[in-house]
Order: sequence, then structure tokens, then C-alpha cells
Amino acid sequence: MVAEIGQFVLILALVTAFFQGTLPLVGAARGNQPMMRFASNAAFVQFAAVTGAFICLTVGYVTSDFSILNVANNSHSLKPMLYKISGVWGNHEGSLLLWSLMLAFFGFAVALFGRNLPDSLKARVLSIQGLIGVGFLMFILFTSNPFERLDPAPLDGSGLNPLLQDPGLAFHPPFLYLGYVGLSITFSFAIAALIEGKVDPAWARWVRPWTLAAWGFLTIGIALGSWWAYYELGWGGWWFWDPVENASFMPWLAATALLHSAIVVEKRDALKNWTILLAIIAFSLSLLGTFLVRSGVLNSVHAFASDPARGVFILMFLIVVVGGSLLLYGIRAPMMKGGGLFAPISREGALVLNNLLLSTATATILLGTLYPIFLDAFTGDKVSVGPPYFEATFLPLAIPLIIAMAFGPFLAWKRGDLAGVLSRLKFALLLALLLVGFIWWQQTDTPIMALVGMGLFAWLLVGSLLEWAERIKLFRGSLSSSWRRMKQLPRSAHGMTVAHIGVALVVLGVTASETWQTEHLGVMRPGEIVSVGGYDFRFDGAEAVAGPNYEAVRGTFLASTGTEKGVYLYPEQRRYTDPPMETTEAAIRPMLSADLYAVVGEADGKGGHAVRIYHKPFISWIWIGAFVMFLGGGLSLSDRRLRMGAPRRARQQAAASDLSRAKG
Amino acid sequence: MRLRFLIPVATFAGIAVVMWYALFNLNPTEIPTELVSKPAPEFSLEPVPGYGTGLAKEDLATGKVVLLNVFASWCVACMAEHPFFMELKAQNTVDIYGLNYKDTPEAAAKWLERHGNPYKSTGMDLKGRVGIDFGVYGVPETFVISADGKILDKIIGPVSRAMFETRVRPFLNEVGS
Repeated sequence: MVAEIGQFVLILALVTAFFQGTLPLVGAARGNQPMMRFASNAAFVQFAAVTGAFICLTVGYVTSDFSILNVANNSHSLKPMLYKISGVWGNHEGSLLLWSLMLAFFGFAVALFGRNLPDSLKARVLSIQGLIGVGFLMFILFTSNPFERLDPAPLDGSGLNPLLQDPGLAFHPPFLYLGYVGLSITFSFAIAALIEGKVDPAWARWVRPWTLAAWGFLTIGIALGSWWAYYELGWGGWWFWDPVENASFMPWLAATALLHSAIVVEKRDALKNWTILLAIIAFSLSLLGTFLVRSGVLNSVHAFASDPARGVFILMFLIVVVGGSLLLYGIRAPMMKGGGLFAPISREGALVLNNLLLSTATATILLGTLYPIFLDAFTGDKVSVGPPYFEATFLPLAIPLIIAMAFGPFLAWKRGDLAGVLSRLKFALLLALLLVGFIWWQQTDTPIMALVGMGLFAWLLVGSLLEWAERIKLFRGSLSSSWRRMKQLPRSAHGMTVAHIGVALVVLGVTASETWQTEHLGVMRPGEIVSVGGYDFRFDGAEAVAGPNYEAVRGTFLASTGTEKGVYLYPEQRRYTDPPMETTEAAIRPMLSADLYAVVGEADGKGGHAVRIYHKPFISWIWIGAFVMFLGGGLSLSDRRLRMGAPRRARQQAAASDLSRAKG
Repeated sequence: MRLRFLIPVATFAGIAVVMWYALFNLNPTEIPTELVSKPAPEFSLEPVPGYGTGLAKEDLATGKVVLLNVFASWCVACMAEHPFFMELKAQNTVDIYGLNYKDTPEAAAKWLERHGNPYKSTGMDLKGRVGIDFGVYGVPETFVISADGKILDKIIGPVSRAMFETRVRPFLNEVGS
């Protein structure tokens, strides 16, 4: 019964989305108020219907209703409840339903919070959102129906891929999707602006919070994914430049660029066309990611079961959405007038540099991801583009980006004073050089990239703090006046400082863990001790243990520096029964200074076990940094200006530009 | 001047055309070039108890084209290709060697006992170490091995009759002629 209800509300959602995607567009073109207002109501109904469908599928999973094909294929009655629930989106059909749910949710949020949006803009934004919904709901209903019945129902399900049975991965997709789908809102705003033929600072002010939210979710989603890879894949790596990882990283880079270019539109009324294009590209990359993962065109460890019919549908959808919006851009964008002029050395100039570097980075990653397909298509050669390419192309772009990140915020709008900024940053430069010098003095054969990385870390960290201190005139006046200034400083300014510091921490984590990692790979017998990274690891043997739906070999290690008691590590090698599969559960002792990381393998039959032990300095800072970036985004999002929408002055400007357009 | 605004859509059109072609004409699961026409990696394994004399790199260089099939008792898709392998053995079309992947000796022996043994000899890769050297990332996978023990091709997923005719038969004929 529950599956039939789910099926029914899903069809209802499709019908609603169809009208949401058409009527308000017509209404906005004709100036018909009721038709425009219909958009909000439809967004509510669509959200309610998709939520209903999602609840139905969840009920199917929670009650282990194996007469639903999707549940039978992906769940098992013995599975812990958390993973029964995460199983809802741990498969192709369910993850699409989650995607649609979020799409409808964002539409609902615009309808709810967008009270001060102009009627026609709101109607158009919701309409575009509805049209995207039509595409996804049709995809679900015609090619990937999660409510398909199975008759006769099996006695038990065939289980969830054990690799997915993990808290990190249970929550990785929802965050990632919130990010991907959040970009649909910016996309809808961009298309609505192209239809209206108008982009102004008020528009940028409406777009920025949505971009910020999507960016924040993407940041967390990507961080969770890499954290999962770090502890679950058992090799201590955390980023593999796998096509699926790239698929999430590209929209993130584009969203980061968009975040910054929207500031220029908001403050200076410039870079409008570029910002619109970025909004389209950011969402297109999200869709492209979906296509690459699910069509079977690229192979990846993360790939869902692929099906050519789905590939064709997604590609058609991609052509309509991306091709259509870029064509609209090609036709309409030339009519938009550019705004304020600025000198190359200025805040705008720095943000343009940021955008150039970020979009070049996006393009190189796109090239690396698509290159194997292109080469195969044109020459039939098979290659896989691996980390060497991505590191060789990404790092040279990241380095100037980080250098610019410290001085950009110091520059004035319109025309900045580079020499003045550099003199104010001399303290950061000094500290960076001191740190590099110290490291080199400690270890003269330090790789050059490690020195560069540590220098950039200090430069960005100190530079960001200096900029913040200057804004509140710290140590220039009394502490109380600084305190007052700090409270008056807009939250978005605090947010920027925090997010930039987050980037600095990621740089620290990446550089230190890549450079100073030590490891021991080999066979150990009980009682044996090896020394890794200043810690003595004693292997106390391994025993068989049983979990709810797996059997495991659990090793015991005691790690100590000799002076204190030490910590125990219990890595496991699990063998799941349904479906049969092995997973490695690394034991990790995260500390601020380093992670201790141990993996146990199978017995060698002579009393020993294959083990891998790593000492990874500062690696936790990668994820701490990502979280700090997320906090920065959240802080900026809570800025009153963004919450309240456009101030009056911007509205008047908008009205004025309307007027001038009417005259022209 | 206006044309520059059409650059994005033109770029995308190019990408879309290649994607379309890739979707219908390319198979990403084909073997990467690195392994093709390279000798099989060095290995030596114990047999599944009662099924052959074990398996090592040297056993694959037999003077004729043979198949190396990666299988496991827990692998459902292996059941799909198994009857066809039994048929190949009955007709003496090609010798098949079995690389038993991440299994237990008891389960593997029981599986072969119950369903029949299509293999000339077997080797147990209990830890999947050899599988890593061969680039195995799923079961079943089947390698076509040349007379001098080089890897000619790799088939991912169950081997069907049609797949055998198009991807294995040419190698067999080549040697025969």
C-alpha cells in the first residue's frame, strides 16, 4: 500500500511541477498576477508531494518491506536502523528521490523567504525551478522508479553495499546534494534575470545567500566524502582525483568563484554577464557530475549501476538544460549593460583574478576528467588521467590564488594601492619567511613544495588576521573601541576572515601530511614493536569478532611515545555476509599534531598479520579547515543585509534601471 | 562582437556530441592499455583443495591461447557464466584457469563440487593480492592469455556466448591459422 501512495504522490508532484514550470512564466510575461502567485502555491504542493513520496520509501525501508524491489535490492532485515534509513538514498533510485526532495525544498524555501522579491522575478525563479523538477521527476518515474513492486517478495533483502554502511557515507550524499541542488536556485535566478533582461545589485544580493548556502553544504559534503575515503579505504589517502570526486569539486570551485563575483555585482554593479555565466556553469557542472556518475560513460569506484536508457535520458536533459540556458545566455547577455569601471589593481581586480584562477582550475579539472572520453572517442586509446596531471595543473593555479587571497581584502574598491597593501602585509611576509626558514634549518632537504605550502599557510593565516585586526583597529586605539568596531563590523566581513583562515588550515593539513608522513608496511607478530613517527606501536595480536551482519578480524595495537601510558588502536578487517564483501576499518587516533593510523590485514598463517601503520602530521587540519570554511560561510549567511534582502537604495536603483530600459 | 557570447554554448555543444558518441560507442570497462600485451604479473598460488595443482605465472604460458577466469563462491554473476564455461570445457574449445578470489578453501571447493569444475587448474587468491596485480576490481573478470603468457584482453563481467565469439574467438583462430 505504502508503495502505491508513494507512486501516486510522485505523479502528483510531477503534474504540479509541470504547471509550476509553465503558468507563472506565462503570467510573468503577461503581467498576470494570479498566474504569478500560483508559483508559490505550486512550490508548496510540490514540496509536500515529494516529501510524501520520500516518507513512503523510508517507511518501506524501516519496515523492511521486501515487496518493494528497491528495498529488497538494497536493504536487509539485520541491518542497523541508521543504515536502513541511509539505505533510502544509498542507491540510484532513492538518491534521485532525495535529489528531487531537495530541489522541491529549495523551491519551497524561495517561496517562503522570497516575500520581498519582485513578483515577476519570484514567479520566474520558481518556474525555472519547477521545470528542473519536471526533468528529475520524469527521470525517476520513467527510468528509475523506486516504488516498483517485486512479486513474490523475497524472504530477506540482498543488503546494502557494506562500503556504504558507514556513518560518514550515510550523511555524505545529503550534504553533497544540498550543495548541488542549492546551485539550482542560483541557476534559476540567472535564467530569470536573462529572461527579464536585468541584473542589478539587488539581484546579486538575493543570489548571494543561496550561493553561500549551497557552497557551505558542498564544502561539508566534499569534506565528509574525503574523510570517508581516508578512514574507510584503508590506504590513508583522502583525495584521489577520481571522476566522482572531481564531479563534486568542479561545482565547488565554480560556486566559490560565483560567491566572489556576486560581491562585485552587488557592490559595484560590474561583472554581471560573467556572474550569470558562472551561475549557469556551476549548476551545469552539478548536472554533468550526475551524468558522469550514472550513465556509465566513466568508470569509477563510486559509480551506481549504470543503464544506457538512463544515460540517454540524462544526456537529453543535460542538452536541454545546459544547452538551452547557454543559448539563452548567448542571445540575451549582449544586451546587458556593464556597470562600474575599475583599475586592474583594486578590490574588483583582485576578485577578477580570483575568478580567473578558479575558473581556469575548474576548466583544467573538467579537461582532465573528460580527456579519457575524448581520446577514446577520437583515437580509441584508453588512458586514465591520474593525480600527476591534476597536481601539476591545479597547484600552479592554487598558489597565486592563495597569495592573492591575503592581499585582495586589503585593496580598496575601484583603485587600490598595491605598495601600501604590501607594506601592511610585511608582518605576514616576515612570519611566512621565518617559518620557512625555520623548517629549512631543521631539515635542509625539505621538498621545495613543502616549503612553499608552509609559507603560504603562514602568509594567508597571518594576512587574514591582519586584515581583520586592521578593520577593527586592534592595538591602534583602546580595546573597548576595537570591541565596538568588531561588533559593528558586518558579519559577512567576519565570515570572510574565518573562511580564509579555513583555507589556510587546509593548506597546512595537506602540506604537512603529504610531506612528513611516516609509515610501516609489513608483517608483524604479537608482541613485536615498530617505531613510526616517534611512536612505538606494539602489536598485541588479532582475534575474531562478530558484528551484527559481518565477521571481523580485530587487531590490537598499543601506541605510545614511551613517556605516557599510550593509546590502544583496534583496526578491523570485516567480511560482510550479505552481500559478501570485505571492508577495511582503519583505527585512527586523531590528534591536533598528527593522526595515528593503523590497519590490520589477514593472518599470514605463521602467526603474523599484515599491517599498515601511518603517522600523519597535521592531517586532521584538512577537515578542521573545511569545517572552519563552512562556519565562515554560515557567519556570512547570517549577515543582516543578506537576510533582509535589498535595502531601499538598491531598489530605487533597480527601479531606475527599469525606467532607463523602458526608455531605451 | 556578439559572437563571443555564443562561445559557451558552442563549447558545450562540442562536449555534448562527444558524450553522445561515448554513450553509445565506448565501453569504459575495457581494459586499460597498460596491461595489454604485457606478461601476466608474477604469482604462485595453492589450488582450491582437490581442484588442480595450483596456479602460477608459468602455468599460463602454455603454447596456446587460454583464459584466466576470476571467480568466487560468493559471486552471483559467476553463476551466470558458469554453464557456458562448462560447455567450453566439454567441447574442449579453450583451456580455462580459475583464479579463486577472496574466498575460503571450503566454500570454493563446495561450490565447484556442486556446480561442476570448468577449470584446468585453480589457484586461491585468499587476500586478493594477486587480484590487485592483475587490476581486478570486480568478480567475475576473464583475462585472455596468449601462447607466451601475455595478457591479450580482459572481459569484465560474465562472459556471454556473443562476447566469447567477438572477443575470444579471434585470438583462438589467429593461432590456429
